[in-house]
Amino acid sequence: MKLIVNGQALDAKAPTLAELLAELGYEGDWYATALNSEFVPAPERAAARLSEGDRVEILTPRQGG
Amino acid sequence: MALAVYGTGLSSRLMLGTAQYPSPAVLAEAVKASGAGIVTVSLRREGAGGESGGRFWALIRELGVRVLPNTAGCHSVKEAVTTARMAREVFRTDWIKLEVIGHHDTLQPDVFGLVEAARLLAAEGFSVFPYTTDDLVVGERLLEAGCQVLMPWCAPIGSAKGPVNIDGLKAYRAHFADIPLIIDAGLGRPSHAAAVMELGFDGVLLNTAVAKAGDPVRMAEAFAQAVEAGRLAFEAGPLEPRDMAVPSTPLIGRAVFS
Repeated sequence: MKLIVNGQALDAKAPTLAELLAELGYEGDWYATALNSEFVPAPERAAARLSEGDRVEILTPRQGG
Repeated sequence: MALAVYGTGLSSRLMLGTAQYPSPAVLAEAVKASGAGIVTVSLRREGAGGESGGRFWALIRELGVRVLPNTAGCHSVKEAVTTARMAREVFRTDWIKLEVIGHHDTLQPDVFGLVEAARLLAAEGFSVFPYTTDDLVVGERLLEAGCQVLMPWCAPIGSAKGPVNIDGLKAYRAHFADIPLIIDAGLGRPSHAAAVMELGFDGVLLNTAVAKAGDPVRMAEAFAQAVEAGRLAFEAGPLEPRDMAVPSTPLIGRAVFS
């Protein structure tokens, strides 16, 4: 399934957002996710099903002003 | 007298950004030297693993300061609101420094989008710190939207110009007499910080002026002293400028030699 993750096209097998994070190797609790521009809270990632062409954002803490 | 925002007392009137430092170690030392109790942070994309974000987050937590996440770079209400929701989960705080940028070059806030986003976020329980201009009417709208603090710029972000509209800032302070006001953006030197504190602003938020200084740690300390001096001067009641010379030494009792 083709997805756009953080602006990059990639092929993924994961059917849900939670499984995609595992497939991509994300660990820890310091990132937040959005699916097609809508925030998906951590407890809802397992139920967030992915479809062809979905846009996923995975954001982590960064320096800011 | 201590400053409190959203029911939280602040240990320092200086808030510091965490971007653009030469290294994480210098950032950490600069935060300590500044005495800041609040630092701003952001959320950005990160590739597989998320390790870099994790390291940065660990560094900030070790500093023992409160974080104020921002929505920097957001150009629409939708982007800003989604980013704020994501920041609340990651940083575990309802505080959000709300930026809705209206112009790529000037980084001027889109005040219409700002008010709309502030209303949405306040309704969701966020404590909104809005990056705004010194427009009084926009300030009023932000308060109506649920903001309990206002953060007007004094010059464009990163410009280091210092207060370019002193009269406007004086009017802002006078108009919002009972509202915590933090000068956010545009400060370049400690004297700029002292100047706005002397006007009665409650605090300053700055980043580039410290991070890009030749020695960020010493500059952080310099800003800390300037903010304290400016506040003390405001509380002491500065002398208003006068058009004519006024002798400071008494004229009565002077000798006459001719």
